[in-house]
Amino acid sequence: MSTTATLTTTATPSALFDNRVRIGLAVALAIVFAVVPFLPDFYVTLLGKIMCFAICALAMDLIWGYTGILSLGHGLFFALGGYAMGMYLMRQIGRDGVYKSDLPDFMVFLDWKQLPWHWTGSEYFLWTMILVVALPGVLAFVFGYFAFRSRIKGVYFSIITQALTFAAMLLFFRNETGFGGNNGFTDFKRILDIPIATPSMRISLCVITGLVLIAFYLIARYIVQSKYGRVLQAIRDAESRVLFTGYNTLWYKLSIWTISAMMCGVAGALYVPQVGIINPGEMSPAASIEIAIWAAVGGRATLIGPILGAFFVNGAKSWFTVAFPEYWLYFLGALFIAVTLFLPQGIIGLLRKLRGLRNGAKA
Amino acid sequence: MTPELLEDGAKRLAEYKAKHNVTEDIAQSGGQAASFARVVQPNIVDVSAGGILYVDEITVSFDGFRALNKLSLDVRVGELRCIIGPNGAGKTTMMDVITGKTKPDSGKAFFGSNIDLLRLRESEIAERGIGRKFQKPTVFEQLSVFENLELAAKTDRRVRHTIFAKLTPSELDQLHATMKLIHLAGDGARVAGTLSHGQKQWLEIGMLLMQNPKLLLLDEPVAGMTDEETERTAELFLSLEGKHSLVVVEHDMKFIGELVNGGQREKKKIVTVLHEGSVLAEGSLADVQSNERVIEVYLGR
Repeated sequence: MSTTATLTTTATPSALFDNRVRIGLAVALAIVFAVVPFLPDFYVTLLGKIMCFAICALAMDLIWGYTGILSLGHGLFFALGGYAMGMYLMRQIGRDGVYKSDLPDFMVFLDWKQLPWHWTGSEYFLWTMILVVALPGVLAFVFGYFAFRSRIKGVYFSIITQALTFAAMLLFFRNETGFGGNNGFTDFKRILDIPIATPSMRISLCVITGLVLIAFYLIARYIVQSKYGRVLQAIRDAESRVLFTGYNTLWYKLSIWTISAMMCGVAGALYVPQVGIINPGEMSPAASIEIAIWAAVGGRATLIGPILGAFFVNGAKSWFTVAFPEYWLYFLGALFIAVTLFLPQGIIGLLRKLRGLRNGAKA
Repeated sequence: MTPELLEDGAKRLAEYKAKHNVTEDIAQSGGQAASFARVVQPNIVDVSAGGILYVDEITVSFDGFRALNKLSLDVRVGELRCIIGPNGAGKTTMMDVITGKTKPDSGKAFFGSNIDLLRLRESEIAERGIGRKFQKPTVFEQLSVFENLELAAKTDRRVRHTIFAKLTPSELDQLHATMKLIHLAGDGARVAGTLSHGQKQWLEIGMLLMQNPKLLLLDEPVAGMTDEETERTAELFLSLEGKHSLVVVEHDMKFIGELVNGGQREKKKIVTVLHEGSVLAEGSLADVQSNERVIEVYLGR
């Protein structure tokens, strides 16, 4: 009878909402709704920003931690979502810019007479929402289709994604591309015709970001607990076995890759109105590598880990860059090396080890 | 097909059955007898001509090195075929060609009489019913034994199905039976990475069985197993004989001997010896072992 018991317990892995998740959700919701409104302005923006990064880290975890595909170009998808939102915010400025023109300031400066074709529809919020997910999604799908179909794997895939984001950065630096060149977009005034630089708007954006993060966490949890998620992990462990079992891995990799890119796009769109600027710097190789570091520090292949990692690294960054600005990059490098060498499972692995030690001591 | 032809076929079938005094459905049998009034369905292997695998003059070169040199081989339905050969004889390359991993320079490879293996991808070939065990045991190390078998189970393997897939009771039964068969009944929740080498080999064999393949290709299935485990594996394979067709590539002559001499003795089992990418000798184990050329290149060393 004992074998039957094992069978049934393993057949239904931990449910979407187990007790720990329920408590965690309650705490997260309490922070978002009860604490955020009373935080000082600076911390509201900081928290909102870090939560955007946490979404990126979660997206990275799905593709890297669970599927074993390291992307070093996720900053591109983040930036594309950001730029899609930025276009809308630029149009919301209306005639309140420096040049009092219908066109965004940088276009007047370049002596353009009308909006370029790719700005069509950018004044509509709904169209912007579609672009925020569709732009990164379509790019990821097309790029991923050719890369995965050609069986590009491992470090080669990572390098190509890095090259992709770098190429996009160079493209966006050019004024002719029509996205404000190296200055990008800034000086936003309104969103949905409501002034953007008010404490209540800051709080609302922060709360929305928190809710999106929670929703994405639950979606990711559903994904990794489904059979689909187990196929992804199987691809990570032994892709050839998955192929010879009869799964066409192309569609598995492509779908999770696209989902991950779209999540990053949403994070970028939430980020831009909160920090008030988007420029091609977000597409720099370093920005994408940082996303991977958050996931690694927190603990790959655990969903909560990368979220904690994003909080830990960015919290440390905002403290370090004030206290010892010149040492931040050294610290980041040292942190990455230390995690790789001593904590392959990241913060979560460390916590599990400590709990194991404590339980061992008790027994 | 016109009604006249159908009727004609049915009539001939009835005559044949009466004449040869057969009652079971011969269209399904896969014997040498001709089949009547049967429709060949695309993507479903047709074995009515008696063979499950035809490999014809396959040549594969890697940078000028001929890994396979006009290799021809055919395996009959329900057969347990052993393939031996020294290192570099092309055994693994042959499996790569059959399972779609390597595309040959020339030649033909058919599964049954209707499925052209050279036109399909790995996953499609697996879906049609060819299962493959790798030389090095390959299981999903981070997943549990149960989950490993669950993923291998034969169901719809498309993304949109797996997102919402739930285990059905019959799948659960099959899982349970397979776990018993591979001697891992109590280890369902165990992470596959913690299994011993021999247990991993078994788990992989179990995953193949969950796929319910018509043809199993087993690349050195007992490598690294203890004597007892080897014996139990031979028993397992012999029990599959007849239900599945098996092609076993092995170095271990003792294991080959167990396979050839055990099971259904009345079926004469053929052993194929590969050397430098083509078939050197084929026949019963005794014939092969006494073949001078075989002794020269392989057994005598």
